[in-house]
Amino acid sequence: MELITILLSGILIGSAVYLMLSRSVIRIIIGTALLSHGVHLMLLTMGKLKRGNVPVLDEAVENYTDPLPQALILTAIVIAFALTAFILVLALRAYGELGTDDVEEMKGVPHDD
Amino acid sequence: MTLIHMAILLPLVAAVAIGIIYKYYKRIHLGWFVLPVPVIIAIYLATFIPKVSSGPILETMQVMPRIGMNFDVYIDGLGLLFAILISGIGALVVLYSIGYLSHREDLGNFYVYLLMFMSAMLGVVLNDNVLMLYLFWELTSISSFLLIAFWFMKERSLYGAQKSMLITMFGGFMLLGGFLALHTITGTYSIREMLAQVTLIQESPVAPIAIVLILLGAFTKSAQFPFYIWLPDAMEAPTPVSAYLHSATMVKAGIYLVARLTPLFAFSELWVWVILLGGLITLAWASFNAVRKDDLKAVLAFSTVSQLGMIMSLLGLGALSVVTGAGEAYFSIAVVAAVFHLINHATFKGALFMVTGILDHETGTRSLKRLGGLLTLMPISFTLTFITALSMAGLPPFNGFLSKELFLEAMIHVTEADFASLANIAFIFPLLAIVGSIFTFIYSIQIIYGVFFGKRTHDTPKEPHEAPALMWISPAILAVLVITFGLFPNVLSSSIIDPAAMSIMATDAPLGTHISMWHGFANPALWATIAIVIIGSLLFYFRDKWMFIYDYHKERFTLNYVYDQGLMHSRFASRKVTDSYMTGFIRSYLAYIFMFFVVLGAISLWNTGIKLNFSDMAPVGIQEMILVMIVLISITVILVTKSRIVSIIMLSAIGFVMALFFVFFRAPDLALTQLAIETVTTALFLVCFYHLPARSKHPERMRFKFTNFLVSLGVGIIVIMIGLIAYSNQLFDRISQFHIDNVKELGAGGNMVNVILVDFRGFDTLFETLVFGIAGIGIYALMKLRLNRKDETDEADPEENRA
Repeated sequence: MELITILLSGILIGSAVYLMLSRSVIRIIIGTALLSHGVHLMLLTMGKLKRGNVPVLDEAVENYTDPLPQALILTAIVIAFALTAFILVLALRAYGELGTDDVEEMKGVPHDD
Repeated sequence: MTLIHMAILLPLVAAVAIGIIYKYYKRIHLGWFVLPVPVIIAIYLATFIPKVSSGPILETMQVMPRIGMNFDVYIDGLGLLFAILISGIGALVVLYSIGYLSHREDLGNFYVYLLMFMSAMLGVVLNDNVLMLYLFWELTSISSFLLIAFWFMKERSLYGAQKSMLITMFGGFMLLGGFLALHTITGTYSIREMLAQVTLIQESPVAPIAIVLILLGAFTKSAQFPFYIWLPDAMEAPTPVSAYLHSATMVKAGIYLVARLTPLFAFSELWVWVILLGGLITLAWASFNAVRKDDLKAVLAFSTVSQLGMIMSLLGLGALSVVTGAGEAYFSIAVVAAVFHLINHATFKGALFMVTGILDHETGTRSLKRLGGLLTLMPISFTLTFITALSMAGLPPFNGFLSKELFLEAMIHVTEADFASLANIAFIFPLLAIVGSIFTFIYSIQIIYGVFFGKRTHDTPKEPHEAPALMWISPAILAVLVITFGLFPNVLSSSIIDPAAMSIMATDAPLGTHISMWHGFANPALWATIAIVIIGSLLFYFRDKWMFIYDYHKERFTLNYVYDQGLMHSRFASRKVTDSYMTGFIRSYLAYIFMFFVVLGAISLWNTGIKLNFSDMAPVGIQEMILVMIVLISITVILVTKSRIVSIIMLSAIGFVMALFFVFFRAPDLALTQLAIETVTTALFLVCFYHLPARSKHPERMRFKFTNFLVSLGVGIIVIMIGLIAYSNQLFDRISQFHIDNVKELGAGGNMVNVILVDFRGFDTLFETLVFGIAGIGIYALMKLRLNRKDETDEADPEENRA
């Protein structure tokens, strides 16, 4: 399972990078969102998957999954959300000011094709 | 921290006080508050004269002992001579500046810089630790830069300031390299301790490198050929600065350094030849160039360069006799001449600069063409110029004559000495010396004649009249010294010259120097002087006949042209290089970051090697495979689709699948959070979708598409590799077990994830909240700001806003 999730997170991160390198603001933002998903998956995998019970104390349970990556991911999810929300509004605002959602046009370079 | 440390740092402290006084009290000229500082230091230093003759004084103060950087004040004859020059001339210059600079100038800046320089210069000459010396050395460059740019509204000032800084700082940096090279040989930063290891330096292969680097520092600072070009442009500084920094003190720092390190390097032929020939070429070349200059300050600048070359060559000559094993006598004559001329040059050149400042002040011009016939109008200035210029020309009974004669004598002796390697070319030394002296004579006469004799031009911007006493007192004091040292040179010889010469020669034996004006007809230097005067007079008289040779000196072949072109091209090149990668597109910068990540990752993978271990894997369930498939399909759709709404929906699909993953992987808290967050995110995206343009094409350029693909492929592969390797190799014990074991005891909770968040990693969560708050404020501001701006732009002129 871990092999698959590592590959999946690699694919997620790779596609995220591809999206972030494009010209459209919205694609860049989608890229950052995908990036955070990929990273979360990777973090979770590092703590080993499905090796025990839900990390809530229970007398009957001896073995728990690793709670630490989960705590880290929880923080990361919230921060990723804050970031996404901020750049979305920033993109919106930039569109309102500059009339474009193309980062190259924002710099003042017209389409050359 | 002793009194002498405080004396060195006193000007810096005073600079702070001066800044405050200037802010609140402007009724009295600021110079009067500054004046006591150099006076006190000069008097204090003078008390060391008798002490030093019985041996040098060393006072240690630790600054950074671990790297060997100590403020070791070391006072011997050489350092003391320089220190007294610095504070003494400093006092006169401050006095002079009170008359020269009016209340309207920014006096606060001027005196702060000047005091800063004074401290720095004292620090250079009274230091035993080369690291501290370097520190003060650079500080002199900085204060010189600031003072040259004092009238920073003038373009020439800025040009001159930049030039001087580039050249002297280049030299300073080289100097540091030289000191570090010395440190690698001797293992110490103390000059005294280095002196104890001369044999070690002699044997070291690093020594030539140290010599070249240190001489680069000394030559740039002391404006030797070919680095002299900054000094004429430094004349854009106010005249008191030119008199102080650029003739009497700072430019002699290089000479000080050479003198100080002579005992260290005198064994080396490289050291000797570079100094000797460099100095003589500088002497001849600069005095030749001084003759054709029209601006009085330019004449004096080139004259300063040539005189510095003369002192430098004397030091080289002193060291030469060590290399060749020639008689001590030559050594001591040359060194005594160097020290004596150092003093004399400071007196007559300082005075000449001040008189030039007077002329500039009272007539409004420094052009020799426009000045003339001022003898009756400015008799005091004339007297001062007459005395000091003749001293510069090397005529009796002034002090310049004595040191010039010693110089000629030493140079003539070179031919007599039995130096095996240079029997054939030895004549070049006296030749260069005499040629340089002839031109020195010519321009000295030209200054006197051009300004005070001849016809009145009536071309001066101001009606000429004599300067107020405040301005001519300082040059008058210097002129008196010129005569005194000329008539009674032996007041200096035992008290100041001998101790200084002894520290250059690193000897304890008293020299017993006796300088006299008359040596009899047998003295070749006398005949050389007579020849110089006759040839110089003839050349001056027939100057219209031969001045055409300067026309061959084309602009393209000057060092200034080289400097300007070099500066221009390096600017151009750096702009070009910078422009080539600073494109301004976010894509480029992101691509750099990711490429760097890929390269870094690849290198570390290469170094550590790839060890994989797939034995410890969880079983794969069918439901998880379905989720994986959904994610893969969604990614593909996002990558290929042109429709924005489709990609938003696919993104939220991935988000919800992530939540399901969390469920399967036994992370209920994550699943809950992810569900909630994903819902809100999707809503946000949809809101933005509503506002963003309905349809827009963003055709990527094919070339870009390909590199983007490569970069993302690289990142993906590297991430997968890192993940696999990290998973396969357990380098450290997991820290999770600690949290699991102590969650009840230390955190008093059952839900481990929650306890970690709010207890074990409480600060993380706190700052996470902070980030959230900042993002919220940012979003709010982005929304609000638009409304405010709209109101403003409605009222105000948009053109004005842009400006």
